[in-house]
Amino acid sequence: MALKDLSSSSSSELHVLAVDDSFVDRKVIERLLKISACKVTTVESGTRALQYLGLDKGSSGLKDLKVNLIVTDYSMPGLTGYELLKKIKESSAFREIPVVIMSSENIQPRIEQCMVEGAEDFLLKPVKLADVKRIKELIMRGGEAKEGLTKSPSPKRILQNDIDSSPSSSSSLISSSQDVSSLDDDTPSSKRMKLEPS
Amino acid sequence: MNTIVVGQLQRQFQDYIVSLYQQGYLDNQFTELRKLQDEGSPDFVAEVVSLFFDDCAKVINDMSTSLERPDHVDFKQVDSGVHQLKGSSSSVGARRVKNVCIAFKECCDVQNREGCLRCLQQVDYEYKMLKTKLQDLFNLEQQILQAGGTIPQVSMN
Repeated sequence: MALKDLSSSSSSELHVLAVDDSFVDRKVIERLLKISACKVTTVESGTRALQYLGLDKGSSGLKDLKVNLIVTDYSMPGLTGYELLKKIKESSAFREIPVVIMSSENIQPRIEQCMVEGAEDFLLKPVKLADVKRIKELIMRGGEAKEGLTKSPSPKRILQNDIDSSPSSSSSLISSSQDVSSLDDDTPSSKRMKLEPS
Repeated sequence: MNTIVVGQLQRQFQDYIVSLYQQGYLDNQFTELRKLQDEGSPDFVAEVVSLFFDDCAKVINDMSTSLERPDHVDFKQVDSGVHQLKGSSSSVGARRVKNVCIAFKECCDVQNREGCLRCLQQVDYEYKMLKTKLQDLFNLEQQILQAGGTIPQVSMN
């Protein structure tokens, strides 16, 4: 349970595992989460996510791994976000971790399929700061809304184009982050766009 | 700090970025990205768009190869490339690029090679155009900072 993890861990930050095959999207979701005071680990595939959690091929993974939330893209080569969701919910160690699915496509049957399988929520891409803040609040409340309910088939809100212009109080807390994607290591931290002759 | 110079640069920046939105180069998602930039991550937007442009170059190159031979087009690969570009352009607010991708997908769905080639050319043009425009924008930002000023927050209501 997310709240139990928070009280027992030394850090009060949520640790989020973000899964997306798009390099650009990983960078954006990482920043969205860090600016929302979360610790972030990004991986580029469902398989890598399972490896990180120690769920693949019976490996035990890190004993003291505390992940409070998993945010995953739906359409990924190899293991889709839905398949990853299923594997997580099938695992006794990780089934309590809330999983949020992201997708660029607003396909109702897909959304329902994920919610029925136990997804916490479904975000339509491109993901905005307001979406992340909402998810974080949901997680911090420990899923109170789900108490006494069986799996609800409909997400709390999927309307992407709400005029939600509530300005984000962006806290630039120095949040720790850890990237374990093998492909993520290329970008030096202060790379500027180079001027090239066009 | 020369406040007159800073003021001029800030106005120039403001006008330029507004024009980019008005001409449809950028959409609201770019505004969202700018919200994520602060003193702790002053280059965030430049870094993300840089990744995006690198992505564009690579994917366009791969799609070009797939579309090369008229008798042997790998539409599945092209579709995958278009999907990738549509996603990443959407994530950074690159509106024109995204719109070309929508048309591109339609050509791909009906396996229209000629249409795909036209879209490929167009998406190449659009991302390069945007790259130039944003470079100019970032240069203006740098000038403002070097003159001791702050980057204006621009709201596009």
